[in-house]
Amino acid sequence: MDNVILGLPLYYYIAMVAKVLGAFVFVLLTVAYATYAERKIIGFMQVRIGPNRVGPKGLLQPIADGLKLFFKEEIIPEKASTFAYLVAPLIALVPAFITFAAIPFGDTIEVMGYKVPLQIAGYYDTAIGRVFDLNVGVLYILAMASLGVYGIVLAGWSSNSKYSLLGGLRSSAQMVSYELAAGLAIVPVFMLAGSLSLQEIVKAQEGMKWFIWSNPMTFAAGVLFYICALAETNRTPFDLPECESELVSGFCTEYSSMKYAMFFMAEYANMVTVSAITTTLFLGGWDGPMSKAIPALSVVYFVIKVYFLMFIAIWIRATLPRYRYDQLMKLGWKLLLPLALVLIVLTALAGYFGFYSFFG
Amino acid sequence: MDISSIFFAIVTIVAVVSALLVVTCKNPINSALSLVLTFFCLATYYAMLDAPFMAAVQIIVYAGAIMVLIVFTIMLLNIRVDANKKHVHQVALGTVTGIVTLLLSVLFLTRGKVAMLAGPVTSDVINQIGHTELIGAVMFTDFLLPFEVTSILLLAAMVGAVILAKKKLS
Repeated sequence: MDNVILGLPLYYYIAMVAKVLGAFVFVLLTVAYATYAERKIIGFMQVRIGPNRVGPKGLLQPIADGLKLFFKEEIIPEKASTFAYLVAPLIALVPAFITFAAIPFGDTIEVMGYKVPLQIAGYYDTAIGRVFDLNVGVLYILAMASLGVYGIVLAGWSSNSKYSLLGGLRSSAQMVSYELAAGLAIVPVFMLAGSLSLQEIVKAQEGMKWFIWSNPMTFAAGVLFYICALAETNRTPFDLPECESELVSGFCTEYSSMKYAMFFMAEYANMVTVSAITTTLFLGGWDGPMSKAIPALSVVYFVIKVYFLMFIAIWIRATLPRYRYDQLMKLGWKLLLPLALVLIVLTALAGYFGFYSFFG
Repeated sequence: MDISSIFFAIVTIVAVVSALLVVTCKNPINSALSLVLTFFCLATYYAMLDAPFMAAVQIIVYAGAIMVLIVFTIMLLNIRVDANKKHVHQVALGTVTGIVTLLLSVLFLTRGKVAMLAGPVTSDVINQIGHTELIGAVMFTDFLLPFEVTSILLLAAMVGAVILAKKKLS
């Protein structure tokens, strides 16, 4: 019989620790090399060379940057509210990472006779014989995304500097506005998948019936969600909170050393997470040709899709100029939000008349 | 002893400490942050009670929306921190109210008419059908009228807020 520790079988602990470590290392490495990829890709698009000094082709640049920031002097402004100033980078970083717990990054694999779903918040019930995961996975993601705003607001306020405060205020208004549109944009997906659980949503798209091309409404919803996600992660063209030309460095103007680096890590980790969410909801998650037959392939498909979406974000940054603040608000409230509501009604109407997807 | 009781103990310690910090912190922003942490612990309790939908809504609505608004207000009003001031009025009354409320709720839960009531919704049912589905089914059948009345109330409040804001502008 299995060893049981504190009411749960031993393999459960091992699988859980392995999954958490795997996902964490994946996100951390992606964050480190996303900075390198961003500089290289933008350099290529602007006919420059980009980093090429540290290591072969500049591949050790992220490590050099990290070491440099690590050894910089830590400065706390005299008039800052110390506690809030110190916790703000942590509050920004943590939600970005824990959101990943709900995302299925691969099919259920079998290791030494035990079935392990590749999702941190998921387990295989041997008695019932199916995978259980967070019943409200999508809501969990929205909840964590809504916590991310605290880090930026607190950083802006606690630094006691006008640039930081303006950056913090802009960002909180922006995130609160775009959260609504993002939350509404994914409603058509639930309506078609019939569940809030991310395992079920991926299952509904199995066999290349991805929501991005199975239904015009979910295609529009996918584009809408991606735009809102860019705004929520403060990426160009919505990077007003840290708009260099007006606000020095926005909410993190007064930060230095590792704390400054943590805000950057949070931004890139958010980018990874948002790409992973978009992949799961609209691009079929880990689904792809032959992914059912070879479970290891499912992880590869997932990673490829996530990197593709991150590439689009970098591409957009190299292409589009920044929005003006009033344009940003107008876009969010007067265009994206009503459009999301219209999409919900259209999906419901189409479903009423029997149209769910092109694949029947 | 299983792992969920250990987890429960940890969460409870965090919940109690953060709730105490809400009332003892001098800086209003730190108080608000502690309150967010308390809400987070409450959400954890809901999740442990097999009510994941409630847990998610608790975080989205309270921690994610209402507290952001409160933090926003504190920041913009720039409330000064009174480090030397000590508020001692009403402490006795507060203590008495707290103790009476605690006793009453314990009494209700153990001796009253609702004590040990077992409904049809057990954790097995929730795990089988899903918490969101259960709430949705009940809300749109048995409790449709209260649900619609609440919506109208919220709509009225929203329209009222817009009118008040417009008046100030013109």
